[in-house]
Amino acid sequence: MDRLSEKAEEILESLWVMTVEGDNVGCLLTSLKVEANSEELLELTRRSYVEIKGDRVYLRKEGRPEARMTVRRHRLAERLIMDILGIVGTEGNDQACAFEHLLRQGVDTKLCTLLNHPTTCPHGNPIPPGECCERAKEQGAAGIVPLTELRPRETGEIAYLAASDDKKVQKLMSMGVLPGSEMTLVQKFPSYIFKVGHSQFAVDDLLARDIYIRRSV
Amino acid sequence: MSEQQDTSPKVVLVGNPNVGKSVLFNALTGAYTTVSNYPGTSVEVSRGYCSIKEKRYEILDTPGMYSMMPITEEERVARKILLTEAPHAVVHVIDARNIERMLPMTLQLIEAGLPVVLVVNILDEAERLGMQINLKLLEKNLGVPVLGAVMKRKQGLDELLQAIAAYATVPHKPFSYVVDLEDDINRLVRLIHGQYRLSRRATSILLLQKDEDIEQLVAKNERYEDYQCLTQDVREITFRRRADLHLQISLERRKVCKRMLDGVVTQTVKEEEPLSERLSKLMMNPWTGAPILLLVVYLGLYKFVGGFGAGTMVDFLEGNIFENYINPPVVALAEKHLTANWLYELLVGEYGVWTLGVRYAVALVLPIVGAFFLMFSLLEDTGYFPRLALLVDRLFKRIGMSGRAVIPIVLGFGCDTMATLVTRTLETKRERIIATILLALAIPCSAQLGVILGLLSAAPLALAVWMVFLTLIFLLIGFLSARLLPGESPVFYMEIPPLRLPQFRNVAIKTLRRMQSYFLEILPLFLVASVILWAGKMTGVLQMFVSAMAPAVGAIGLPAEATTAFVFGFFRRDFGAAGLYDLQMSGALSVTQLTVAAATLTLFVPCVAQFLMMLKERGIKTALGILVFVTLMAFSSGWLLNKFLLVTGLLA
Repeated sequence: MDRLSEKAEEILESLWVMTVEGDNVGCLLTSLKVEANSEELLELTRRSYVEIKGDRVYLRKEGRPEARMTVRRHRLAERLIMDILGIVGTEGNDQACAFEHLLRQGVDTKLCTLLNHPTTCPHGNPIPPGECCERAKEQGAAGIVPLTELRPRETGEIAYLAASDDKKVQKLMSMGVLPGSEMTLVQKFPSYIFKVGHSQFAVDDLLARDIYIRRSV
Repeated sequence: MSEQQDTSPKVVLVGNPNVGKSVLFNALTGAYTTVSNYPGTSVEVSRGYCSIKEKRYEILDTPGMYSMMPITEEERVARKILLTEAPHAVVHVIDARNIERMLPMTLQLIEAGLPVVLVVNILDEAERLGMQINLKLLEKNLGVPVLGAVMKRKQGLDELLQAIAAYATVPHKPFSYVVDLEDDINRLVRLIHGQYRLSRRATSILLLQKDEDIEQLVAKNERYEDYQCLTQDVREITFRRRADLHLQISLERRKVCKRMLDGVVTQTVKEEEPLSERLSKLMMNPWTGAPILLLVVYLGLYKFVGGFGAGTMVDFLEGNIFENYINPPVVALAEKHLTANWLYELLVGEYGVWTLGVRYAVALVLPIVGAFFLMFSLLEDTGYFPRLALLVDRLFKRIGMSGRAVIPIVLGFGCDTMATLVTRTLETKRERIIATILLALAIPCSAQLGVILGLLSAAPLALAVWMVFLTLIFLLIGFLSARLLPGESPVFYMEIPPLRLPQFRNVAIKTLRRMQSYFLEILPLFLVASVILWAGKMTGVLQMFVSAMAPAVGAIGLPAEATTAFVFGFFRRDFGAAGLYDLQMSGALSVTQLTVAAATLTLFVPCVAQFLMMLKERGIKTALGILVFVTLMAFSSGWLLNKFLLVTGLLA
């Protein structure tokens, strides 16, 4: 089967957000800003992904998996654009919208693994888990997260240091924060306090964000 | 000092902060340097002597350093010693509990070709944690003398003395890193021809790590062509390894350490949370930490320094001893023998050396400052300050400093001059400047604080206005400087040492030391100040000064007599406040005027000593800039406060 057009994907996405995540029953054509006989709606009805009754469009059972994956791709794209590439604001949204359509044929799986199976988008909405996420969960892969994501009293192994400037890396290393060492987070607020060996250190979020921990399962 | 030719062999103590270097130094030399449970308090190198078997050794205690590659100013000071002195032995003191973390520095010292003796200190606390350390095996692995110690109880001291006396440089066991890193290091080693204190291998590694001091040193010691070759190679290697050079070096060192420690440490599990640990958590949790802070401020600062020091002690010394027993005979004696008016004025007149200089210093200032230093030393030794630092870090970031700056700021409430010196321990230049401004402007020193608390305590509302006003100015100026001053924002990181019960002897000696240095520093200045004021009074210059400043003082709603207090304030902040004290006693000021005067004086120009320290630490341009800014700020805020109080009638 051919790929859906970008516009059709946008419609599926909106339907998912409004009817599955939201509490709308079907969706007004006007709020989707499409005509009943438009190319993209025809495309979707042909595959019986959606159904049009009167003024409303309904997402059908057949269309749900596709809609879910579209939303997932969009939110993964947001994570990449906003967190990793650091593009925020309207510019970030626009870039993410353009980018999501490229995430096909396993690229989304790769990206999801790279981002360590994130569960929410930068706006806090859930990212529907993909197969890769389920697999990772089953294997009990602990995942690598910044120190800021650990719970107090949680212990993990330092995976890597992400600090870009040498001075920061040196500070961390002088505290014995080296990949392979075990670390326990003691407290998160107002400063991050952690324990390495028998010593305790306090750091601010700037440094804590640069320490990546492999969570123990 | 360094010009003095001293032929005694030198022994240098190095190590992380808070591992017991200073305790060891005191045990060796019998002298007392300030020992504290706060990382980063010794900024300078202490020197002392020690005799072992009739032979004299010079002992050097360095500020704490984490590695051979300095990050902070203290570390730079410590490393400089290793670069410039030719030590007979370098004693590396480590904390047994953290042997794994601290051993990499031992490796670096050995790598640098220094005559290392390793002292594994704090063995008792390590044993309490269930650690057993096989020191003999470690000695064999490292190839340098290794000693266990509990320096606090002088355990292991004799063995160390013997090891120092018997030290003969033995060839250290070579250890090597991964092959490709070795190749790169050796490539540089072959290009170095000059003579350095540190081995060529260590010099090469530091060059790769872009250590600026070493770069300069090498630039000076190598021929031009050699240096060009060298920098070219360094650039090539660092670029190739740009992603992880520092990390790789550290990881390699840790690998070597693991080998050295193989079979050395055995850990039996012992996991129960001691009381101190629970207390520590309470101090670090903001919900319980903030009330604890308030309690400390209330009991320590208000009750003890304000109530006991500035109240009871001052009343006793000033009101009882001086008024009744010392002053009358002195004045009587002077009246009988000093016929010349000028001499009489100089000694016991209104601004006399005795009446103003000695009496203020001994009876007013010393008890207050002493009480403060006692409290400060006590808190310092428990390890409270690092916990306070992490609590206030977020707030301090807003005013451009990291939590680390809490120490100079708190110390400023004791003596702003000392605090200005301690700003050195802050990491960025920007932070140091902001701290200096805030100390000069909004932090009253304990002498001033004591007098002002005494002045305003009769009117609690006035005290509240003064306090709120100063806090606002502190935050506002901090906030603005954080916005306006260029430079990088600070990053906060700090070791949190375990809470300890302060030892009475340590606290007492430390307090006395601080008081002594304060007294030696202020008494001469008090005397000079009274002579200048006397001369000014006799020649009429003082009157000119007072008239010149009178409009500014008048503008903030104060009577002309108050001007004298401001002129005094230039000589010492507390002097000015004490001048107000006299004025209030004579009933010349209303509550509003008193509040405005107290606030303006607190903000006004720092005392001469602090200004000199600013010159020394920040340079003439910055220091003068701060001086002008503070003066303008003090009077304009005073003016504003006066208007505000008059319009609202808050204190009427």
